Amino acid sequence: MARIGVFVCHCGENIAATVDCEQVAKRMLDHPGVAFATDYKYMCSDPGQDQIRKAIAEHKLTGVVVAACSPRMHEPTFRRACAEAGLNPFLCEMGNIREQCSWVHEDREKATVKAIDIIKTMVEKVKRNNELAPIRVPVTKRALVIGGGIAGIQAALDIANTGHEVALVERDLSLGGHMAQLSETFPTLDCSQCILTPRMVEVAQHPKIKLYTYAEVEEVDGFIGNFKVKVRLKTRSVDIGKCTGCGACWNKCPSKKIPSEFDCGLGNRTAIYVPFPQAVPNKPAIDRKNCIWFQKGKCGVCAKVCPTKAIDYDMQDEIIELEVGAIVTATGFQVQDTDIYGEYGYGKYPDVITALQFERLASASGPTSGKIQRPSDGKEPETIVFIQCVGSRDPAKGLKYCSKICCMYTAKHAMLYRHKVHHGEIYNFYMDIRAGGKGYDEFTRRAIEEDHACYLRGRVSKLYPENGKLIVKGADTLSGRPMTIAADMVVLATTSVPQPDAAKLAQIIGIGYDENRFFNEAHPKLRPVETATAGVFLAGACQSPKDIPESVAQGSAAASKVAGLFSRDELEREPIVARVNETTCAACWGCYQACPYGAIEKKEIRDRAGKLIRRVAYVNPGVCQGCGTCVAFCRSDSIDLDGFTEKQIFAEVMVL
Amino acid sequence: MSEFEPKIIAFVCNYCTYAGADLAGTSRLKYPSNIRIVRLPCTGRISPLFLLKAIQQGADGILVSGCHPGDCHFTSGNLHARRRWTMFRSLLDFVGVPKERVWFSWVSAAEGRKFADLITEMTENIRQLGPFEQARQLIAEAQLS
Repeated sequence: MARIGVFVCHCGENIAATVDCEQVAKRMLDHPGVAFATDYKYMCSDPGQDQIRKAIAEHKLTGVVVAACSPRMHEPTFRRACAEAGLNPFLCEMGNIREQCSWVHEDREKATVKAIDIIKTMVEKVKRNNELAPIRVPVTKRALVIGGGIAGIQAALDIANTGHEVALVERDLSLGGHMAQLSETFPTLDCSQCILTPRMVEVAQHPKIKLYTYAEVEEVDGFIGNFKVKVRLKTRSVDIGKCTGCGACWNKCPSKKIPSEFDCGLGNRTAIYVPFPQAVPNKPAIDRKNCIWFQKGKCGVCAKVCPTKAIDYDMQDEIIELEVGAIVTATGFQVQDTDIYGEYGYGKYPDVITALQFERLASASGPTSGKIQRPSDGKEPETIVFIQCVGSRDPAKGLKYCSKICCMYTAKHAMLYRHKVHHGEIYNFYMDIRAGGKGYDEFTRRAIEEDHACYLRGRVSKLYPENGKLIVKGADTLSGRPMTIAADMVVLATTSVPQPDAAKLAQIIGIGYDENRFFNEAHPKLRPVETATAGVFLAGACQSPKDIPESVAQGSAAASKVAGLFSRDELEREPIVARVNETTCAACWGCYQACPYGAIEKKEIRDRAGKLIRRVAYVNPGVCQGCGTCVAFCRSDSIDLDGFTEKQIFAEVMVL
Repeated sequence: MSEFEPKIIAFVCNYCTYAGADLAGTSRLKYPSNIRIVRLPCTGRISPLFLLKAIQQGADGILVSGCHPGDCHFTSGNLHARRRWTMFRSLLDFVGVPKERVWFSWVSAAEGRKFADLITEMTENIRQLGPFEQARQLIAEAQLS
């Protein structure tokens, strides 16, 4: 005989303002099977949970329905409270009368009726819940970090320092990401490489970290604690075990005019190359598309001069499989090369460059050894114009969001330019200045007051070349005047966007992403480094545009989540798994084909003599993720999903 | 004569559409209260029998909504749902249930506004179509015999 307890939460005014909670509790007492019903201001609070525990004991409840916020919010809270009172936690359900009722409706009468309906469905469901026990699965205590930029490096180091193994997979030839391309970092004007390279070396030398560079994740299977990942190790055509990084090969390579990706096209590299001098590992790779040997069958100089015979033209890509228990996605961002604003002439006029290109010019180890010079004629620009918000905050033509870092790096660029070109003129067209971090506002003020950058609040309508200069036509809204500036160089603060194949990687890993292809966090406020997929965490700019301190913080945060996961030998999994009724199973294998995880096994039923009688489907509870696709597939009603059984769902529908 | 209030039952997946509906709630967007949501782990769990039961219970409109193809939290459940849906639509057509009463959509966890707009649009649409008299008559006849 069912004895269900119903607890209706006011959630302060969040629910009570729209739903008549007292009335709802009263009405629920009339519903068959409900032995106790009450309402209270804050069910999730200690006294609220106490009420549940007391009621379970006093009224001998066989099930509990808490009508409050979304189960995605507090289901674990109330399940724990029930468990503490001795009631199986899976005999507790939540009715969502806040996010899906009081917050979205205005008519008090209608919302109250709906709340009652919602609770009725949950009462009918919980009457048919089974007592379930959590499933235990072993945890592989090795983490995979995807991405070797500052966020990935931080995460890898922090996890490795807790004593667990880490596999760090980086797509490019070297660690470092975009931070390695920077000249100096705000707000301290620290030399970027100086603070980054020690970390890169630490990763390479750490006994617990296995570094795979020039490698990409191709496939991810499995689930939390038990992921199987296929990684493609792309071929460098160089045996890095033999290579000493002496540089004989790239010094002698005859193909010297290939645009360098690291220098954003402003400098050149050779076909066999190391992306930058401080690269980790400092071993080269052959760019086969631009190598004379691979394209025309001639040359082969690098193999001839290599003292350790490390060059191997026959090397192929290799696929390896890693077993890991947790994944940290730290794939970072790209700076958009934008030609969507034809009026700014990027791509047309060589002296219109992106901020990252400016960073390479300013960099001491960059294509111009740190001299700011025009790409067109190599002269030092006397007048420089910065344009902020090129593509960001623009719902009409660009992207809606703010790229966050551009106000700060533009101020930094103004200061770097001033320190190198003492007499130059600096103009910065901005919309707003967003400098919210520690020391950030003071930094932008320095650019204006000490380094005499002229900040103009307005947009630029167009720019065009004239007599060797770029005529920039903009507005200064604070003085109310149009501005025309004859610039020698224009630097665009373009949008920070995710990697071009971010969506594809998200689908491989099985995580969500938003309309801008930034990866989804589990909760925007309270769970910024977790995803909806258990065991997969996020760090850095792949989640949303952010600066270095935030990326580092998220790297450490993700590492702490992984360390928590690895702190136990076994993981308790939600027992929402499918079960087969072996009596009626016809072995049609529809479920076997439908299961995305391969959780269905073909079980043999043998008689005492060992003769095979028949085969039936069997669900491996350690692998099953509880999606229920097999249940909908089954032609003979022989499989059901604990927690969302056929009877439960029909009961929910029938009470409406 | 009070306005007809359609009864709408929605079968949604926990990870995308249910989360999207929650987001609509946290964003305090408003939509008509006619809808009743049945939460499932995945749209792949949805059997056409649930939809038929909903019609039997007097639903004037039914919605099935899940993750966008390629983004299913369980990899492929929504693809199975889509296939089942295509067959089911043909069946409904054959039986004479108007297609306009049974809706199918993809709403992701980030699309709170899309969810609110969808429910608003669907409720108004079904309201225009009026009560699902056909089904109610059939049920009444079946109960008499």
